Amino acid sequence: MNMKAHDVTRRTLLDVRNLHTVFEKDGNEVHAVNQVSFDVKEGEILAIVGESGSGKSITAMSLLRLIPSPPGRIIGGRVLFNDEDLLDLDDEQIRRLRGRDIAMIFQEPMTSLNPSLRIGRQLAEPLLVHGSVPKDQVRERCLELLRQVRLGDPEKRLDAYPHELSGGMRQRVMIAMGLACLPKLLIADEPTTALDVTVQAQILELLRDLVRANNSSMMLITHDLGVVARYADRINVMYAGRIVERGTAEEIFHHPKHPYTLGLMESMPRLDQAPGSRLTPIPGQPPDLSDPPPGCPFHPRCRFAEARCRSERPPLEQLTEHHWKACWVDTDAKR
Amino acid sequence: MGAYILRRLLALIPTLLIASVIVFGVVRLVPGDVLDLMLSENAYSSNAPEDRAQLEKALGMDKPLHMQYLHWIGNAARGDLGESLWRNTPVTEEIGARLGVTLELGILALLIALVIALPVGIFSAIRQETLGDNLGRSFSILALSVPNFWLGTLVVILPALWWGWAPPNKLTPFFEDPIENLKTFLVPSLILGTSLSAVIMRMTRTMMLEVLRQDYIRTAWAKGLRERRVVLVHAVKNAMIPVITLVGILVPILFGGTVIIEQIFRLPGLGQLLLEAVSTRDYPIITGVFLVTGVVVMLVNLIVDLCYGYLDPKVRFDR
Amino acid sequence: MNASVEPTAVTATPARPVKRRKSLPKPVAFFARLCRERPLGAVGALICLVLLFTGVFADLIAPQGYNAINPIDRLQPPSAEYWFGTDQLGRDIFARIVHGARLSVIVAFAATTLSIVLSALLGIVSGYFGGRLDMLIQRIVDGWMCFPDLILLIVAVAVLGPGTWQIIVILGLLFGIAGSRIVRGAVLSAKQNVYVHAAQSMGASSTRILWHHILPNVMAPLIVLYTTRLAAVILAESGLSFLGLGIPPPSPSWGGMLSLDGRSYMFQAPWLAIIPGIALTVVVFGINMFGDALRDMLDPRMRGGTGRYMARVKRGTGV
Repeated sequence: MNMKAHDVTRRTLLDVRNLHTVFEKDGNEVHAVNQVSFDVKEGEILAIVGESGSGKSITAMSLLRLIPSPPGRIIGGRVLFNDEDLLDLDDEQIRRLRGRDIAMIFQEPMTSLNPSLRIGRQLAEPLLVHGSVPKDQVRERCLELLRQVRLGDPEKRLDAYPHELSGGMRQRVMIAMGLACLPKLLIADEPTTALDVTVQAQILELLRDLVRANNSSMMLITHDLGVVARYADRINVMYAGRIVERGTAEEIFHHPKHPYTLGLMESMPRLDQAPGSRLTPIPGQPPDLSDPPPGCPFHPRCRFAEARCRSERPPLEQLTEHHWKACWVDTDAKR
Repeated sequence: MGAYILRRLLALIPTLLIASVIVFGVVRLVPGDVLDLMLSENAYSSNAPEDRAQLEKALGMDKPLHMQYLHWIGNAARGDLGESLWRNTPVTEEIGARLGVTLELGILALLIALVIALPVGIFSAIRQETLGDNLGRSFSILALSVPNFWLGTLVVILPALWWGWAPPNKLTPFFEDPIENLKTFLVPSLILGTSLSAVIMRMTRTMMLEVLRQDYIRTAWAKGLRERRVVLVHAVKNAMIPVITLVGILVPILFGGTVIIEQIFRLPGLGQLLLEAVSTRDYPIITGVFLVTGVVVMLVNLIVDLCYGYLDPKVRFDR
Repeated sequence: MNASVEPTAVTATPARPVKRRKSLPKPVAFFARLCRERPLGAVGALICLVLLFTGVFADLIAPQGYNAINPIDRLQPPSAEYWFGTDQLGRDIFARIVHGARLSVIVAFAATTLSIVLSALLGIVSGYFGGRLDMLIQRIVDGWMCFPDLILLIVAVAVLGPGTWQIIVILGLLFGIAGSRIVRGAVLSAKQNVYVHAAQSMGASSTRILWHHILPNVMAPLIVLYTTRLAAVILAESGLSFLGLGIPPPSPSWGGMLSLDGRSYMFQAPWLAIIPGIALTVVVFGINMFGDALRDMLDPRMRGGTGRYMARVKRGTGV
């Protein structure tokens, strides 16, 4: 990548350790996020990749304590943001942090904006509540934000209602809202999933450029490895509530080690693949998290699975300086 | 906006015409009755056919039914609803004298219902499954089952029995002494408002719960808004759209309630006028009250539609 | 059209819309599910059963009848002999409540059945055939629904006169017309289903499509409508009787027992005011709870709003 963002000398902005979030469902505890640890460095774009249901969105929402409770509950771990544990803050302290220091963009631009309030009002809200800008400059700042996200005719858009905008336009508004207070960390949860393919790339580039320009960090949550490869510095691959592989984008993309990551790569169309070769989807379904399989959660779908995989869960171990994986099997040797 | 209201008013005309046909049709289903009654009760000594024909002519009942209707609706359009059969006063005058009481009772009851129902319903939803929520829900289940005429009767009987207290039933005009006037209306409108509030409360709670699950509420939280702002600015406005519709539906029910409550507390409103007219078979009055209630309900529905447009930006006035 | 081809054509349609087993479950299994999922609904079902039982066996439970006058025991308070006390004529209130239950059952079932049949007919005709007929019917229903229920009832009673069968017919008409909206909505959504188009394109007759495809889909809302209407009918009848316009004395209508005629005795004998009201409240509560549970289990689409609300939304008022 063009910046050496995974440079270990950079300061750590967010340090998540053993985060554990459960959901109550029909009397069972579902471990949606299970002992997850990762960190985000200043100025870095970190990706969390996984299928739907892998716990990546819940991880993101746990950071800002936006888990609906009940049924959800964070039962353990630490979320250190600038060396302050967000899980220890009281409601008022975490509220002041939301939108100002850490902002979030959600995956459904169609439903994430309030249908009965004008765009201008919704956009101004974070500015007003956090007092980031003097009141008489709020409108000017809103216009500036809309220009930054390259929304045409910003004056008119301020007075529009969400239903008058297209999906891509709404997502631009969401991004403007997320960036309004110049947060140190922007969490983008599947920001382009609901959009047309042509719009997806524009939005992601916009996000990357703006984050870089603000000198912020970004956590990019997606199921699309292709997205990740182009925009992320480092990648965490999540499966069944746990991180199964971590590394720089180059490492993960060119030298994937975990069978699940391998499966994701093989199920994705690539420009460099041999003509005529087939895409192979990962067989089977993600496990039921209220009753996970013993051993490695991926073993029922894994073509490399050995006896040990069925009984013992592999820990996340460091392979090289920039590469971790949670797997017993030496996939390189077996391939 | 003005043009929109005008258009809505124009759109009311067909409904109004159909409603007037219903009024006319229902009331004149058995037109002979009233003549017999008048003949036997008035000074007409014998039931002679000439007397009958004369009276029929005087009341315009000798003409074919559709002519009677056209005559009646033509007059009604000019604000003339005929005269009371027994008192010889214009029906509009009789109604005008009573309409204020009914409207005051109804508006107060609706206000009381909203003042109780909205906060409790909203609170119930944001503090789901707490003691307060359960109390509110139990109240609304109970209040939905208690008929208001029983509640009214109990309020008249029991305090009188226990403490010798009776609700005031002397009616002071509002502009003479608002306090005395409100005192008279307080208990009746509380009773009427309580049963209404149960329905509104349930709806408010359900709709708030529905809205609070929406993605945009999560967005609002993520922006760092205070709970008060999330609930009052982001949730309530959206939850109010169906609640306002419900209020529109409740208005006819409220109207029915005023009839009963006026009777219990002896308030001289439209309901009492109607019941008197029914017992004396005063058809012009019955017809007039019937029509006026229909028109009032239609106008309220129009207001509801306007509120709807204010709350829901997808409803545009300028289209 | 060709009778010999038709049955196979219909059975070949892949997806049957409603599993009959689900909409008409075996009573016991259904009650077990009710207890498990909606305990309050089960309580309601029990109350309804008790009401039904009391109504059917009224003569066995209170063999002296509802009008056995006993001047010596006037206005007796509740005691071992007179469980619920006696009224101003020395009639046993318990016996009157029991026979009042019978009256309520008769009126409720007769009027509700009438109203549901009317709703189904109007709704299906209007919804299935559509076009100008639908326009006409809907405009009439619009006009009809502008009038408060109670006012319509009072005027109708004024025309037809009080009496049990009149009340049944009037209530049946009133609720029948109002309910047709809900049926029409259900028909319209059923009509859009693919299998209806499939059946139509295979030349099935209208009667056949209505009977085999539309009706099963309308069943769930009809059953729910039926239960909610039962409570509304009982309340409306008692309200009318309370005003002296319902079922005339000496028939033991619960509403009539609370009426203003007996008001002066209630100050001496408050049980006269309390007991019929409790009976009414318990029954309405029971039917409401049972109806709510039934609605949630059978027809999740109607959840969270009253039927009329849904009808309004479907017709798109306010847009």
